[in-house]
Amino acid sequence: MKETENRSASVPAAAPIIEVNSMHKWYGEFHVLSDINLQVKLKERIVICGPSGSGKSTLIRCINRLEEHQRGQIIVNGTELSNDIKNIEKVRAEVGMVFQHFNLFPHLSILDNLTLGPIWVRKTPKKEAEEMAMAYLDKVHIAEQADKFPGQLSGGQQQRVAIARSLCMKPKVMLFDEPTSALDPEMIKEVLDVMIELAEEGMTMLVVTHEMGFAKSVADRVMFMDYGQIVEQNTPAEFFDNPRHERTKLFLSQIL
Amino acid sequence: MSDPSRASSREYLKPPLTEVGVLGWLHGNLFNTWYNALLTVVILLLLWQLVPPFFSWAFIDSVWNSPAEACRDIDGACWSIIPRNISFILFGFFPDGEQWRPGLAIGLLLGLVFYSKDSRHWKKSLGGIWLVGLLVMATLMYGGIFGMPVVETARWSGLPLTFMLALFGMVAAYPLGVLLALGRRSNMPAIKTLCVIYIEMIRGVPLISLLFMSSILFPLFLPEGITIDKVLRAQVAIIMFTAAYIAEVVRGGLQAMPRGQFEAADSLGLNYNQTMRLVILPQALKIVIPPSVGILLSAFKDTSLVVIIALYDVLKTTKVTLSNPKWTGYSTEAYIFLAVLYFVCCYAMSSYSRKLERTLHTGR
Repeated sequence: MKETENRSASVPAAAPIIEVNSMHKWYGEFHVLSDINLQVKLKERIVICGPSGSGKSTLIRCINRLEEHQRGQIIVNGTELSNDIKNIEKVRAEVGMVFQHFNLFPHLSILDNLTLGPIWVRKTPKKEAEEMAMAYLDKVHIAEQADKFPGQLSGGQQQRVAIARSLCMKPKVMLFDEPTSALDPEMIKEVLDVMIELAEEGMTMLVVTHEMGFAKSVADRVMFMDYGQIVEQNTPAEFFDNPRHERTKLFLSQIL
Repeated sequence: MSDPSRASSREYLKPPLTEVGVLGWLHGNLFNTWYNALLTVVILLLLWQLVPPFFSWAFIDSVWNSPAEACRDIDGACWSIIPRNISFILFGFFPDGEQWRPGLAIGLLLGLVFYSKDSRHWKKSLGGIWLVGLLVMATLMYGGIFGMPVVETARWSGLPLTFMLALFGMVAAYPLGVLLALGRRSNMPAIKTLCVIYIEMIRGVPLISLLFMSSILFPLFLPEGITIDKVLRAQVAIIMFTAAYIAEVVRGGLQAMPRGQFEAADSLGLNYNQTMRLVILPQALKIVIPPSVGILLSAFKDTSLVVIIALYDVLKTTKVTLSNPKWTGYSTEAYIFLAVLYFVCCYAMSSYSRKLERTLHTGR
């Protein structure tokens, strides 16, 4: 693993691509996210960790409106997320998501899985979409499986296809919701390698994961959440070596 | 380390006769316990009592194409009721000289159906071919041009009526049912309520009462002098009825879809129509092929209920044949013929659905 280095100098100082201001979310009576304030700049890589039930998946799902927030503001790429479906679709076209359970479309071939979004959302012509899809499949090192179906691939292969599928929409931000939690240890590495390559090419990423090695080597910021609040966030070096809150220390002692 | 001399000196006996081959199967399945053996003996006795007499009644002592009087002299089945009345059974009240028209129309329909079975023919042109085919069939049935005399829809009867009500019923009810299922799952209260009311009201009444309503009640609400074709009313009743049942079955399929599929489609930016059309419905409809086919088969057989509003489908025309004093008393033969006819059609549909399921399984 590479040594952590202070990367804040390489991140351009521009308007944040994601802004979350005083966001609260309830599931019925349960206050699942409390006073979330978050700014993500372009090309930033943020790893979110925390115990289960802490709301980390819920937070990133609010960013592409798979979940709704009840109070506060979420602004993505200049568009505020509200009940207006047009805004939601605009945001979703710029935000890619990779799920824990891959969620590939089993009735379509791998190639069709990738070209579905570009053809129907971006109105790309079929030929062009297929060429782009093959290029991204090549990028995640899985081009030879293009005509197979998801059921015929292993977990690691499916997750890489899922990453390629999101990339085909050329998003500005990629959200990863525990991408390796459903994988065997051998397959985790192949997926993490793809994510590291993506990060090094400058993709803005929010990653919910328990893979602390990934956090140390790639993240610009590591965020710890507990009981619906952001407890602590810092550069990897500071986060792992000098945790400030008791809860963070407890969590780190359990997972490292 | 095996000693060859030891291996060859071992005696390789044959298994006992009652354990292998036919005897083995009989012993293992029919006579394995005392109650199974008893049941086997009882059933064999029953079959012995029933099958040979039926066989000799149906095939040995029977006549197949004789005048009605000859039937009275024999003990066996009088199958001649069918060939002697075939043109009425199949074509009903269609004028005698013109019966080649419905015959040709049915032939064309079957031809189109067989052509459409092959998935290699599922291109955009198939829709055009069907449209042309339907126009030709309508012209053949109704007449009015090319010197063919007009035959009003009220005289359309027999097999063409059954096939028409069944085919258009199935083809129209399915998309309507899918829309109702989607509407029932919608978040918009007005649409959801309307769909629920429709489905529950239609499911709450028998098809017969819907046919009565279409035939007797509905015309009362129409302004003076305006009539809507009776066959059309029956057709609409069958479509509305079948659609309600298809809706519930499709809703079951939609409920079985994992949420992740919706979320993946949403996160790609697909809108509602695209998500349903490209991702959810192809998977959901595939899952519910078995119960959907069951409903469509019921719809096919339910066409016989139009007898209640004086439309003469193939069941009714057969019954009318029996009311002829010459042929009364041979109802067994007539109904066996009808049963075979319905069975052939339904079995063809259900074996096609099995083939469809096998084909669509590729990739899953």
